[in-house]
Order: sequence, then structure tokens, then C-alpha cells
Amino acid sequence: MIEAVGLTKRYGTRTAVSDLSFTVRPGVVTGFLGPNGAGKSTTMRMLLGLDAPSAGRATVNGRRYAEHPAPLHEVGAMLEARAVHTGRSARNHLLALAATHAIPTSRVDRVIDLVGLREVARKRAGGFSLGMGQRLGIASALLGDPATLILDEPVNGLDPEGILWIRNLLKSLAAEGRTVLVSSHLMSEMALTAEHLIVIGRGRLIADTSVAEFTAGASQGGVRVRTPQAELLTGLLAELVAGRGEVTAEEEPEVLTVTGTDSASIGRLAAEHGVVLYELTPRQASLEEAFMELTKDAVEYGAVAAPAEQVKERVA
Amino acid sequence: MSAVFVSQESGTGRLTLPRVVHAEWIKFRSLRSSWITLAVAAALAVGFGALFCWAMVSHWDRLPADERAAFTPAEHSLRGYFLAQMAIGVLGVLSVTGEYSTGMIRASLSAVPKRLPVLWSKALVFGAIAWVVTTLSAVVAFLLGQAILSGRHIETTFGAPGVARVVLGTGLYLTAIGLLAVALGTLIRNTAGGIASVFGLLLVLPLLSEALPSDWQVHVIPYLPSNAGAALMHTTRAAHELAPWAGFGLLCGYVALALAGAAVVLRRRDA
Repeated sequence: MIEAVGLTKRYGTRTAVSDLSFTVRPGVVTGFLGPNGAGKSTTMRMLLGLDAPSAGRATVNGRRYAEHPAPLHEVGAMLEARAVHTGRSARNHLLALAATHAIPTSRVDRVIDLVGLREVARKRAGGFSLGMGQRLGIASALLGDPATLILDEPVNGLDPEGILWIRNLLKSLAAEGRTVLVSSHLMSEMALTAEHLIVIGRGRLIADTSVAEFTAGASQGGVRVRTPQAELLTGLLAELVAGRGEVTAEEEPEVLTVTGTDSASIGRLAAEHGVVLYELTPRQASLEEAFMELTKDAVEYGAVAAPAEQVKERVA
Repeated sequence: MSAVFVSQESGTGRLTLPRVVHAEWIKFRSLRSSWITLAVAAALAVGFGALFCWAMVSHWDRLPADERAAFTPAEHSLRGYFLAQMAIGVLGVLSVTGEYSTGMIRASLSAVPKRLPVLWSKALVFGAIAWVVTTLSAVVAFLLGQAILSGRHIETTFGAPGVARVVLGTGLYLTAIGLLAVALGTLIRNTAGGIASVFGLLLVLPLLSEALPSDWQVHVIPYLPSNAGAALMHTTRAAHELAPWAGFGLLCGYVALALAGAAVVLRRRDA
């Protein structure tokens, strides 16, 4: 169980994380989602006491991380893959971390096997690919067999096979009753891995919801209707969705967008009144679109379209 | 896969200082650069000591009488310490800044979130290794140097007054410099800056203080870390120089102060 209460981090005048409160429960994978620069990593670093909060409190199983007598058995963390001395072998890196809690060598070799690094365990970590570095980071998180896992963008740099492996690993860890918090900026990845979502943007909480709810919310994209009798149908539909949705005439002639009902009801209504339909299409916003919609005001490094247009004008 | 996690093979060991010391020892010994730099320090101490002794032997007949009278065979064979301290200083700085430059520090402080045990363990492990290596180097440099000087019968022995203190003091001085470097590395967190500050403290500061008016110099020069500590390595006490153990005590005071400062910033700063 991870708890953040009013967590705030300020760097000078810039506020990276602002009054963030959430709870991560055991037994399910919780996705920590937000655009780049939203404050995910900063929040995770505060959970581990690497950064001191400007205000608020973060606890793991009721205590601040640093106050646990055996931190590595409590929380396994992977914060950015490259937290490894480049001159040291992967095995020695893990042996050094294990020694702080008298974790036996057999456990070190077991996690090396588990993440598939046996072949390269005695090679210098500096020569590792991004994917191998991620695997080493995951190995160090698993060393202490902790009840809580905090992983920052673990699928970064992994190949499709590695991504599938991580997905199954996280699910099995959660199924054992562990608390699993995984950050990502990819909604699609989280949709496949997580059951619960904490979405932040510009350091603020945007949503704290189950993936199922999030998906249900996302599919309300409305129904597109094309008919030569738009005026008549608009009147009928307005009556049907009154108070629940609305009927909008699109710029395209004869096209309406209807919310608050489904395509079956619209089709039935049209048939009853003898209205001809040329098209009847339910529009599902994808999860990715829903995520974009939710965080569009919270993107810190949005692309600016204007300069490209100016260039075009000048060329013309 | 789940079978792996129901096993108790990772144990339930708590975080303790001796365990962190063990971890720091693993970290030290698993870097090739540690051993290369130690070998360089030993080679500089022994090699330059032998070179200076050989030069003295070959020029002895041409030396004026007053220089012959001022000749101190024990110190002469240990002059290589001046270069060895640079290697030890670099290694001390790197033992900390190497973790910052690679990101390792975040793994270290995640495993030991109370942080200070990392600093104490690093200082203990590095101090112990530096002491063993530099003391052995000093003994070897002394024995080799005296063997060379015996060609002119101008050697001394370990039992002569002050000589044992000078030989063993060389190891103590270099150890203290190494610990000072660990503290500076922790304070500055940057390899280039850390090494520059060690060199500045040991090489530049004594030169700069020569520019002071002479009646100030006596109040400044003996108290500089390098000069204070070097008092332990002199068989005869020069004018205005601190007494051997008082000087070394002052150097230890500087080291303790630097380590205390390092502890404060390590606790306070975001990693």
C-alpha cells in the first residue's frame, strides 16, 4: 500500500508536483500515467525519499520509506534504468546492493536468471543495451522479494518479447498480492497491463480510476448519422436524448452527431418514422484519444504548429 | 514464475552498518579502476623514492658540505609521497563522484535510504584500503631507498630516532588525504570539480600563501592541511613547523570537518 498525501515538489519557482494525493492498493497493477514532464518520476523519487517533498507526505505500508528497518525487502524500485556504475559487472552491482541487507548470493543469481541476463551477468554494465539495462533495473527491484514494487517506465527500450514478459511479470506479481505501481506515458501499454490508473498532468491529479471506467468513459464518442431528412430527424432525436445528450449538425451537409444514445435506438427511431438513413456509425474514441483529451491542457512540451505555417508562407 | 516469489530465499535481513560496509567493499573491489589507481599510487611512492635516492648517491661527491649535513635519508626515500597523494586523492574523489556521474548513487541511496551509512562505510572501506596500501608502499620505498643509499653509506635504519614515525606517518598522511578527498567528492559531487579542489588544496594553496607578507606567512603556512600533515613525515622540525603529532592532529581535524560537512549535504540534498 502506497499513500501520497498532499505531495508537492517545487524547484525554485517551478512546481513539478502539486498537492498530489492518491493511494495504491495491493493485488492489482496500478498504472501511473501522464505525458512526459508531468511529474511521474519526481513523485516516484519522493516515494523513495530520494527527493524531499516541499510539502506533503509519502508512505509505504504506513511508514516513510527511509524509516523501514529493511527497505529493500519492503520496496523494490527501478527509477530510470541507468542507476548502475558503468565499470561494474551486472552481477557485482547486484551483489553490492544485496550485501546491504545480507541477501544471499543464491538470490542474486536467481534474479539474474529470472530477467534473462545470465549470459552477460559478468560483463560491464556500461556495454549494456537499453533493454539489458532495463532488465538489470528490474532484477535489482526484485532482489529483496519486496511486497511493493515501484517501476518507472519499465518497458522503455524493450523489444516486443520483453514488453510481453514485463506485462506478465507485473500481473503475476500483483496476483501474489503485491502492490505494483508502474509509470508510463503510453496509455495503450497501460490498458493492457494495469487494472487501476492514476493519471497526472503538470504535477496535478487528473484521474484516479479503474481502467474499465476509463474505457467506458472513453467510448462515448457519439454516433454519426447521415440522412437526407436531417431537419426531421434532428427534431425526433432531440426529443429522444433530451437531458442525456445532444444533436449537432456537422458542417458536412446531411450529417448529424448524436450523443446520449446508441446507434440501435437511432435506427429504430428512424424506421418508425420512415426516415431514410445513408449512414449510421458509432464513433469510439480510443483510449489513447481519451488520454490525450484528458491531458491536452497538461502537456508541458506540446508541439507548436505556427512556425511551420510561417515557413510555408515565406516560401510561397 | 510465481514459485520464485513464494520462496524465502532473499531472507529477511535488516539494513545494518556492517552490511553497508560489506557492500562498499564489494563496490570498491569490483571496479578495475580502483586497483589500477592504487597500483599507480604505490608505484609513484616507491619509484620516485628510489629515483631520488639514486640521484643523491650519484651526486653525493659533488654536493657542498652544508647540503650533505642537511641530508635526511629517511625523508629522501619517501619523497614519492608527493605524487602518490595525487593518485590517492583522485581515487578518493572518484569513489563518490563515480556514483553520481553514472547514476549509481540513486541505487545506493535507495538501498540505504538513511544515506549516512553509505558515507561512513565508504570512508571506512576506502580509508582502510588506502592505509594498508600506502603504509606498505612507504615501507618498501624506505627499504629500497636505504638499500640504494647504502652504496655511499649514507643510509639510515628503521630504529634511528624519528624514522619509524616518518615511515609509518607517510601511510597515515596519505590515508588522511584520501579521506579528505572522499569528503570533497561528496560535497562537490562532480569528478572534475572534486579533483580540482583536492589539487588546489594540496598544491596551489601552499604556493599562493607564499605570496603573503612574511609576518602573515608564519600564521598561515604551517596550518594549511598539507603542511600540517607533512610535519609527521619530517625527522627534524623546521622553523615555524607544527610538532609532528600536533600537525597531523590538525589535518585529522580538517578531515573530520570535511566529512561532517559532507554528511550534512548528503542528508539534505536531493539525490
